[in-house]
Amino acid sequence: MALLQFNNVGITGISAAVPKNIVDNYNYTQHFNKDIVKDIIDKVGIKERRFSNAETCSSDLCFAAAEKLIADMNIDKEEIDLLVFISQTPDYRMPATSILLQDRLGLSKNTAAFDISLGCSAFVYGLSVVYSLMQTGGFRKALLLDGETRSKVYSPRDRKTAFLFGDGGVAAIIENNERFGKSYFSLNSDGSKESYIKMDAGGYRNPSSIETLKYKTIDEHGNMKTDEHGYMKGADVFNFVLLEIPSDIKKILEYSETNKDDIDYFIFHQANSYMNNYLTKKLKIDPAKAPSSIEHFGNTSSVSIPLTIVNQLQNKLNGNKKLLLSGFGVGMSWATSVIDFNNCHISDLVEI
Amino acid sequence: MKQKFIDQLKETLEIEERNISEADNFREYDEWDSLALLSVIAMIDEEYDVIIESNDFKKLLTVGDIYNYIISKT
Repeated sequence: MALLQFNNVGITGISAAVPKNIVDNYNYTQHFNKDIVKDIIDKVGIKERRFSNAETCSSDLCFAAAEKLIADMNIDKEEIDLLVFISQTPDYRMPATSILLQDRLGLSKNTAAFDISLGCSAFVYGLSVVYSLMQTGGFRKALLLDGETRSKVYSPRDRKTAFLFGDGGVAAIIENNERFGKSYFSLNSDGSKESYIKMDAGGYRNPSSIETLKYKTIDEHGNMKTDEHGYMKGADVFNFVLLEIPSDIKKILEYSETNKDDIDYFIFHQANSYMNNYLTKKLKIDPAKAPSSIEHFGNTSSVSIPLTIVNQLQNKLNGNKKLLLSGFGVGMSWATSVIDFNNCHISDLVEI
Repeated sequence: MKQKFIDQLKETLEIEERNISEADNFREYDEWDSLALLSVIAMIDEEYDVIIESNDFKKLLTVGDIYNYIISKT
């Protein structure tokens, strides 16, 4: 059972950057008529999203977020010994984007840098990796970057995914400090459900070809996508969430010996409002304790948890706070954590 | 109890001006689509604490089939 706990490690600051280009979802009607679009948007609750332009990558959003955070916190770059970049929309297949960012951010050549490729569960997974490495005592400061340009992953002609996804990048500084109490993680995976959310081609199993770039009709409703676009089986994903997430939350609360009422904020992966509202209701959580940013940014995959923290909890993480983070999605992969926050700096949102 | 389920399904699908019955093929309702499916999944989870996996759900054709499936799991 993948249950972990850490002591005296914590997030001392966090920032986020989003593209300044706002897509008004109700008027995103290039391929579907207004009535269809309205029905979908009313249900998923995503009013607007941020789309990056063709030249902007996840790494650019993370770079902007990191520069802002480093400046705001007055951090000596020389002290950043670890750089982890989380994304499934990297700059290149090789080298790893974290290494490009090490140089671009002007970090020392002694910085340990690597990427983590996971989707909506990745921020929680990534935190567990960084906390583990920090606990060794061999690093002074860690910079965790998490960025996605999911607007580029899905087909605008497939209504099952066309209105959900947006772009964003975050940066977090993680340090050892006695002011932080214990943090707990539960990490999980179920590859038997790989087909729930997937991009079939473009990797080495089904390499990119002219055929994989052709739009094809994929169902009786006339939805269209290429094999290099992602797809999602919404009902299957919803079932998966109902089956796995409440029980994982129960597990982490028991493991950490935390009473549900002692959690200050529950931050769920922002998949869509329908699912999140249902999850909140099912778990009997006070909606005021489950902040949401989905209305403004859509589903930004792994970025959605930290982006919600930046967007919704600025000035609210003063003093000691307990947050429960719950990330779930493509894989299927899911991770839940109870994190101890103490005077976390949150920068103003950066728009580029 | 069966009638209660039929009423709950009717309400979930926001069908107002007609009655639905056990023998109906629910996929033929005008109100049925992938968004309606999410609402039905949520209603069945909430009211009966039953989660119907998609492969099982595909085999259910009528309103009565859904009811019988729920009963077999409770």
